[in-house]
Amino acid sequence: MLDNTQVERLEAEAVNSAKVRQPLYAARKKVFPKRASGSFRQFKWLVMAITLGIYYLTPWLRWDRGPFAPDQAVLLDVANRRFYFFFIEIWPQEFYYVAGLLVMAGVGLFLITSTVGRAWCGYTCPQTVWVDLFLVVERAIEGDRNARMKLDAGPWTARKLVLRVSKHAIWLVIGAATGGAWIFYFADAPTLAGELFTGAAAPIAYITVAVLTATTYTFGGLMREQVCTYMCPWPRIQAAMLDETSLTVTYNDWRGEPRSRHAKKVLAAGQPVGDCVDCNACVAVCPMGIDIRDGQQLECITCALCIDACDSVMDKLGREHGLISYATLSDYNANMMLATAGGSGSVNPSLVRTADGLFSDKVAHFHIRKIFRPRTYVYMALWSLIGLGLLYSLLTRDRLEVNVLHDRNPQFVTLSDGSIRNGYTVKLLNMIPEPRTIVVTLQGLEGAEMSVVGIDQPAGRSVPISVEPDRLKMLKVFVRQPAGQIQGTAQTFKFRAEDRASFESDEYTATFNAPEIAR
Amino acid sequence: MSTEHIDDVSGISTTGHEWDGIRELNNPLPRWWVITFYITIAWAIGYTIAYPAWPMLSSATRGLLGYSSRIDVKNELAAAELAKGKYVAAIQSKTVSEIAADDALREFAVAAGGATFKVNCVQCHGSGAQGSKGFPNLNDDDWLWGGKADQVQQTITHGIRFASDPDTRISEMPAFGDIITSEQIMQVSAYVASLSGKVQDASLIEPGAKVFAENCVACHGANAKGNREFGAPDLTDAIWLYGSGEAAIAAQVRTPKHGVMPAWIDRLGETKVKELAVYVHSLGGGE
Repeated sequence: MLDNTQVERLEAEAVNSAKVRQPLYAARKKVFPKRASGSFRQFKWLVMAITLGIYYLTPWLRWDRGPFAPDQAVLLDVANRRFYFFFIEIWPQEFYYVAGLLVMAGVGLFLITSTVGRAWCGYTCPQTVWVDLFLVVERAIEGDRNARMKLDAGPWTARKLVLRVSKHAIWLVIGAATGGAWIFYFADAPTLAGELFTGAAAPIAYITVAVLTATTYTFGGLMREQVCTYMCPWPRIQAAMLDETSLTVTYNDWRGEPRSRHAKKVLAAGQPVGDCVDCNACVAVCPMGIDIRDGQQLECITCALCIDACDSVMDKLGREHGLISYATLSDYNANMMLATAGGSGSVNPSLVRTADGLFSDKVAHFHIRKIFRPRTYVYMALWSLIGLGLLYSLLTRDRLEVNVLHDRNPQFVTLSDGSIRNGYTVKLLNMIPEPRTIVVTLQGLEGAEMSVVGIDQPAGRSVPISVEPDRLKMLKVFVRQPAGQIQGTAQTFKFRAEDRASFESDEYTATFNAPEIAR
Repeated sequence: MSTEHIDDVSGISTTGHEWDGIRELNNPLPRWWVITFYITIAWAIGYTIAYPAWPMLSSATRGLLGYSSRIDVKNELAAAELAKGKYVAAIQSKTVSEIAADDALREFAVAAGGATFKVNCVQCHGSGAQGSKGFPNLNDDDWLWGGKADQVQQTITHGIRFASDPDTRISEMPAFGDIITSEQIMQVSAYVASLSGKVQDASLIEPGAKVFAENCVACHGANAKGNREFGAPDLTDAIWLYGSGEAAIAAQVRTPKHGVMPAWIDRLGETKVKELAVYVHSLGGGE
């Protein structure tokens, strides 16, 4: 029945297995992940292409905003304190949009983790993606697992030196490209690229590239899985987010145990034997160097490469896929109860199968329905509410604002005709990349008139001001009210700013101070 | 010294100390830590050679790089002067009226003049230039010696009643307590007060007008609008340097007070005086 002669048995040992538990401060054992192939590996290539593509190409996308704003689609213009994201332009005081997006990312992560476990870690985390990329380079130069292990253990020869130098050189180039792409988000990419290569860019650009080259090279090339295990807080937090209906990469003992390398002999002896042929393929491909058959553990980033490795072995054996699979803890527990006859004995895989070798109907399988449960509803609702809230405020936000600062010293000035004058600093914010004429009008404050310093126009209740595109214009405004019309020591009135072309407007309620007895 | 003790569990020697049966393993420091430690020492030595560090009897070692924070400050100040140079040159070559008419230049002059004002002028005129009794408010539109930018410049340059400047603005109202009777002072005060408000005894106004015509019109004018040639205030407006009302006016008629402002040209130089003039002119009352 079990023909495992075609299966290559690998001498792979987990760096930290249940049998040989390493102390926390043990020296690192090198991990030499073997190349895996299968549907999850395919999916991971795709995710890698998309995430790296987004990262490297985004700064080069163009977006026409007219002659008064940069044409880079995504630009963090720190010098001018503007953030451009396609059709959205954000001023510093609108930074709450970014905060909102971060909250959405957080809730989204909760949702993803509670349904498909540490998918972020396994597929999209930059650490995972870049380590994957660095491993591609390592495999291309030094060969797959066995060749690399041999090279590592062997003496320093000219060949080893050449291989190692070229590997690290390419890693450094990737690191530099990573750091290089980062700075393009902060300045006009084509201009900066030219400056960067002619040595004309700002020192901070070179420093940023150097620092990111160093971190990329160190984290992606040298430290790899140690970053996830020792440095990253996510494994701890995300593990706490899992529950018994979350999908995680699971070794299904209920069909795998008792594992045996000599199934035929064991069967002949009348002992039960599971699907696992102990070929260690799952250990050999693991980038974290663990043995998934010890159960779900902190180090596991759920990259699912062990599923691919195991499935290809199962193909050769003619068994069903999924000895290692995405499964929930509740399904796993139910199947274990089945295989151990209610937990009374050790695993007997014949209990989960019918007489003709197929899985019995009682075996629990994951169903998409299980994703929908109160907890995930709450996350979905929260996520969508925040998203809709942000969208609403984005669509209805003001692109014209007026802010007023009342002079405090002096609060008021008595003029020779007895009228009272108050001074204000009026700030007009034109938040679109087009020049506008904004009409500032006084509302309330009977009989009062205003004059604007630097604007050559007779005093009146309404003054048109031209404001440059995407700029704040600060005006010094004097408001003067005749003696006879002053009502009290503090009257409120409004400054109204209006763009008569677009009908946008904003108002600011200000105070007009007068002395106790105004004559 | 005690003999070396080896921990049974780990096989590592201990430090030889024991506290309540607990021994400390004598693990070596991590290599990276030791290397970092030596690097910091090497760095510190290099640093003290490159930069000023070791105290000597009268000064300190200068360091090979010749760095000094004083030179830094000097360079920064020089850079700031250089950046201002364009504006300062323009201010030197233009009249205050021209400066006030140029947006960029006015902005610079107002900022610079404001800083000068905060140091030299606030003692009398107040931090908001709002003045107080005896010290004119510079925000309003009432000017004793003229409110055009060049007139303000003239006032600041030479001061008012400042004896050591021959070009100073000067005038002096006689002490009428020695010239006219107390009754006449009451009458003329009532007349002057009536020009801008109500008085208690309206019967004093008519004789007061007569006293005014005989004694005051030479400086304050027939219509009491004042005369800027002599710094004679307008008596018909709402602004009173020494207080409003009949009593305050009577006191000023009897023994007038005269404010003195020093000439600032020697102390501040022409550029700063021009900036100050533009600043004062910009406060809202400039003509």
